[in-house]
Amino acid sequence: MTIRWTTYDSNGFFDELIENGVSRDAAKPLADQLAALSNPEIKDRKAAAELAIQVMGITFTVYSQEGGSIDRAWPFDIIPRIIQKKEWDVVEKGLRQRVKALNLFIDDLYHEQKIVKNKVFPRELLSDSKNFRPECKGITPPHQVWANICGSDLIRDKDGTMYVLEDNLRVPSGVSYMLENRQVQKRVFPELFAEGNILPVDDYPSQLYEMLTSLSPRRVKRPEVVVLTPGIYNSAYFEHAYLAQQMGVELVEGRDLLVGEDDCVYMRTIQGPARVDVIYRRIDDLYLDPKAFIKESTIGVAGLMRAWQKGNVALANAPGAGVADDKVVYAYVPKMIKYYLDEEPIIPNVPTYLCINKDERKHVLENLDKLVVKPANESGGYGMLIGTRSNRKKRAEFAKLIKQNPRNYIAQPLIALSTVPTLVDNHVEGRHVDLRPFILSGKKTYVTTGGLTRVALVKGSTVVNSSQGGGSKDTWIVDTEG
Amino acid sequence: MLSRVAENIYWMARYIERAENTARIINVNAFLLLDLPKKVRPGWEPLIHITGSNAIFKKMYGAEYDERNVVKFLIGEENNPTSLVTSLRQARENARTIRDFVPRETFEYLNELYLFARSNLSKGMSGQGRFGYLKEIILNAQTMTGLLAGAMIHDHGYDFLRMGRNLERGDMTTRIIDVRSANLLPDVSSELRPFESIQWVSVLKSMSGYQMYRRKMQVNVRRAETLQFLLQERSFPRSFAHTVGEVENCLGNLPRYTLPIKITRQVLKLVNSAKPELLAQEQLHKFIDDLQLGLSELHNAIYTTYFAAQGSELKSATAVQK
Repeated sequence: MTIRWTTYDSNGFFDELIENGVSRDAAKPLADQLAALSNPEIKDRKAAAELAIQVMGITFTVYSQEGGSIDRAWPFDIIPRIIQKKEWDVVEKGLRQRVKALNLFIDDLYHEQKIVKNKVFPRELLSDSKNFRPECKGITPPHQVWANICGSDLIRDKDGTMYVLEDNLRVPSGVSYMLENRQVQKRVFPELFAEGNILPVDDYPSQLYEMLTSLSPRRVKRPEVVVLTPGIYNSAYFEHAYLAQQMGVELVEGRDLLVGEDDCVYMRTIQGPARVDVIYRRIDDLYLDPKAFIKESTIGVAGLMRAWQKGNVALANAPGAGVADDKVVYAYVPKMIKYYLDEEPIIPNVPTYLCINKDERKHVLENLDKLVVKPANESGGYGMLIGTRSNRKKRAEFAKLIKQNPRNYIAQPLIALSTVPTLVDNHVEGRHVDLRPFILSGKKTYVTTGGLTRVALVKGSTVVNSSQGGGSKDTWIVDTEG
Repeated sequence: MLSRVAENIYWMARYIERAENTARIINVNAFLLLDLPKKVRPGWEPLIHITGSNAIFKKMYGAEYDERNVVKFLIGEENNPTSLVTSLRQARENARTIRDFVPRETFEYLNELYLFARSNLSKGMSGQGRFGYLKEIILNAQTMTGLLAGAMIHDHGYDFLRMGRNLERGDMTTRIIDVRSANLLPDVSSELRPFESIQWVSVLKSMSGYQMYRRKMQVNVRRAETLQFLLQERSFPRSFAHTVGEVENCLGNLPRYTLPIKITRQVLKLVNSAKPELLAQEQLHKFIDDLQLGLSELHNAIYTTYFAAQGSELKSATAVQK
């Protein structure tokens, strides 16, 4: 059986490639190619992808004491997600706008708090924020940018509207998979890359490196940039090692660094201590410096905050940037865009109810069976209630949680995520996807060409997290006019 | 190069070498015992002294140095920090963090070797299975050495690898000589004299040195020549002088070698100017002690120079630029 698009049914969801049995413009070469392949040929392509993944060692690590580490192969689907360049240009503009406003917001919070004084952002939200760091008050990081690396999750609803679902401003991950997916994809469909106009993504590591060097406190020709990892047992260690290697910089752990009496940061090398200028840290704020935050942290560097506050080292993202990585703060981003930039938001937010507001809370409590309830500060899809799939007991539990701590909960209508045809055994079925582009901000701003498409491989599921049955696809921005 | 990475490479090499050495001494001891008459057999206790683990052993087994206890302790005991299985586990853990610096296969190979050693323990403890089991370990450790020599960039990292391997090797050579020659086989025993040569043959064999000894020294195996061969023969890769000479060569490639290289020269002078064949057992024991002290000083110098950069260094040293 070969693939027949005329019988492909996206079950009423918006499908990224196929509309009513016909491929969208940008997807046509791929759809035709797929339809022309026989079963064994499809199998071969799939095997080529699996082999590439194995050879390239793309894994995410699960550690067990017994057998050592288990490197699970990265689940990858060979059918890419495709977006027209024309549409992407608008999205990219929207992301730049959004991250610009977010950075102005964070900077404002740690300085004059004009947005609070002008009553656009409520004071009580700020004082209850888990990720507001008083240690950061009065500090101005290079270029006034706090979130140098941002990963914003985009989703598309039934009617085709693209929304921002959340902004990850702490230590967003996934970009290495975006890069590796492209390498794998090229081996699967080399002919489409040769003929079509698929925009490249490989520029990211050099863009990241350039952005990081633009933060250096010392004006030297080659500032010392390092990637700071919690270590090999971290689930994103592959990415830390990958990015360091791609940028040609050292991958360090906390114990490799020390802060001298001059309040500068050094790394221990066989040549002796070497000054470090910029740290791309993949460690959460609270573990960064045992002297400033959690005393028991063994993955941080004592004195690092002092060095940063004095401007002797740059940290990306800046400590305290996570204050805007809060689902309650998220609800205010459209207002921030207006407040700081005097512009209309280009990409809308998903409508969000804040449980802290009495009327909205009432609405949420009355509609728990229809809404999605999320805690303000969790990531990875934990601690959520999906109303349509919940039972009475679960809803009662959440009603209690919301009443106890309304500041910590928001609710959103269930968005019917768009689908992309995905290989299931020998045929294709629609599977739900989201998209995480990455935005780099330093002296300049850079947006990835597309991003990481995550796909829920389980039928009907909308959970795209790799720890919970998610996989990924390559993302093509295709220029059909070029 | 980061100090931590250098240190991990250094220890990975030491642990691989240690596992191999442990396998060697167990095998050779087993053969020696078969060759000696019953009443003069030194038994298994010397191995515990060679590995310097008498205190832990006594705590676990009392003074029961029988074959079963000693072999179990040396091969499979997880609480013995120098057992074969522990060494392989440590080698693997060190390799895990430096996967970007050593050939990709290194970690996988070490992981497999560790799992093999652990899951075939019962074979290793049985009289019949032991030889094959230990041979497999030695062969695989040698394969690792070959893999690293043939596929790793010979850069600073490789220098640390060779230093670790050679220091461990030199250390084991002195231990084997010490225990075999001085402590446990008093040459005053007339009963033992006819078998003396057998014991030195076993010493040589434990270091795969018997055949090379015959080629190089061209005399029967005797105490005097064996000691010269194992301590001073520069061309034999397991001799003390060779291993320290290797460390000296490696240091020459590295930055900031002043202190450690000074120590290698002192140690080399000490070993080369000695006349070990003239030393009576007490003196030999004392001499070996001095050599081991030299190795430990050398390790400390490498450690403080390359692995343990401290904040205090910042005052004297201006920070280096890569």
